[in-house]
Amino acid sequence: MSAAPASEQPGDGHRRPEVSFETRMATVEFRVGSRPHITVDGDTCRGCTTKACVHACPANLFAPTADGGILFNYEQCFECGTCYMICNHEGAITWTYPDGGHGVVFRRG
Amino acid sequence: MPEPVLDAVVVGAGPAGAAAALALARAGRSVVMVERGPFPGSKNVYGGVIYARILDEVVPSWWEEVPAERWVVRRSTMVVDGDRSLAIDYRTPTWGEAPYNGMTAIRAEFDRWLASKATDAGARLVTSTVATGLLRDERGAICGVRTDRPDGDLRARVVVACDGVNSFLAKEAGIHPKADAAHHTLGVKEVRSLDPDRIDERFGVPRDHGVDIEILGCTRGIPGGGFLYTNRDTVSIGVVVSLTGLAAAGVRPEELVADVREHPSVAPLLAGSELVEYAAHLIPEGGYDTMPELVTDGMVVAGDAAAMTLAAGIWLEGVNFAIGSGLAAGRAVDAALRADDTSAAGLARYRRELESSFVLADHKRFRKAPSLVLSDRVQQRYPGLVCDLVEGLFTVNNPEPKPGGASFALSVARRNGVRLRELAADAWRAARIFG
Repeated sequence: MSAAPASEQPGDGHRRPEVSFETRMATVEFRVGSRPHITVDGDTCRGCTTKACVHACPANLFAPTADGGILFNYEQCFECGTCYMICNHEGAITWTYPDGGHGVVFRRG
Repeated sequence: MPEPVLDAVVVGAGPAGAAAALALARAGRSVVMVERGPFPGSKNVYGGVIYARILDEVVPSWWEEVPAERWVVRRSTMVVDGDRSLAIDYRTPTWGEAPYNGMTAIRAEFDRWLASKATDAGARLVTSTVATGLLRDERGAICGVRTDRPDGDLRARVVVACDGVNSFLAKEAGIHPKADAAHHTLGVKEVRSLDPDRIDERFGVPRDHGVDIEILGCTRGIPGGGFLYTNRDTVSIGVVVSLTGLAAAGVRPEELVADVREHPSVAPLLAGSELVEYAAHLIPEGGYDTMPELVTDGMVVAGDAAAMTLAAGIWLEGVNFAIGSGLAAGRAVDAALRADDTSAAGLARYRRELESSFVLADHKRFRKAPSLVLSDRVQQRYPGLVCDLVEGLFTVNNPEPKPGGASFALSVARRNGVRLRELAADAWRAARIFG
């Protein structure tokens, strides 16, 4: 691994991330299962104006689509539960645990 | 042939589950721990210090074998406003001697160690298995769990739900709300590699000793705070923020961590460190007033599943409460089995035992703390106020004389949008909560 680039001061508005988000997530072990443990109800999401999941998900798994819906990816999920807790449309996000032995494996939690 | 019925099935092999299984196994009960991760601790993240004296009830001289990273001998509370900071830094060598006060640890190691105490005592551990639902008998009492293994029903006289902050078992039993953003916070954490010699030098501690720093005012006004603590050859840094505040602010969590990491008072401590693991986890921070019912017919709830983390401002504890509640749950279940009454009434002794121990006594005493600590004034105005006061006190502007006492304090309060009446009210509130 190369040395981290010198960080800039906070608040300058042009902060370069220390590492890319992809690199950040690559530090985490995921044993990806074949069954998606998150499902999203597209119709409900298209009617949602806040889409809090997009900003709040620490793994950045939710992305807004051009037609106002939500695209999501379950593979790099921390299994924290933020998305379904903050969703203000009950039932739009269905979230369960991945199948046994799958999902995130924290080595230094 | 009907499958044998266990005395108890414990769901989750974290600190609460391992402690419950240990107490049950020691009482001679047949008990299985069901863990959804590949090993205990693999789904767990925490935010700083394990206060482990409760382990006296698990192993004598536990400190000789527990996988501690460093014993915390420095506890620092830092208030941040912009690029300024004020820290209250307490250190004592006493906390670095047995039986110690708090330790930093890696949960994959700590949780595995604690679970091994339960298996050594005779509990069975089944990993990589999700408890997907509750089994109920003809009277509606809980009598086991369904798992995601083929033929995976585990029948037991009592279920001990230690399945963590999202406890789907407590939700299914109807004792947890389905989603409760207002009473949960999100913790996000970076673990960063740093040479142990550098850690010792920068934090001013010998090799086995460490530091825990709690930071207020670093979360862009979102209720919460930051933290930084030392492991043996890594440092862990992160933030804990209110879910509703995070959703309203529209800020990405890793940006908040970057704010703390790059703060001028923090950045030099981390220079040259590299990210080795990023993590996130929810924390139940509602306190005593948001705790669920702790028992129902055939089931008891412990640890994070019962919202037993103490987030009372200057005290931030959870693993000790998980262990304490797990041990009490195991004892209460054993007593209920002996009396052959595993109904809610038969299990009620669990709550009575918790009320008389630190687990619920501390929570009850500080029940009003979360609302004060996460209030707008504490989060958004007081950090600036205290930094302005200290800056005024110690900035020497000769030939100007030093600013005058009361009028100076008043002008600082006004500048930070704080009325004296509010300050007095909050001081009174704090005195009542913490006094």
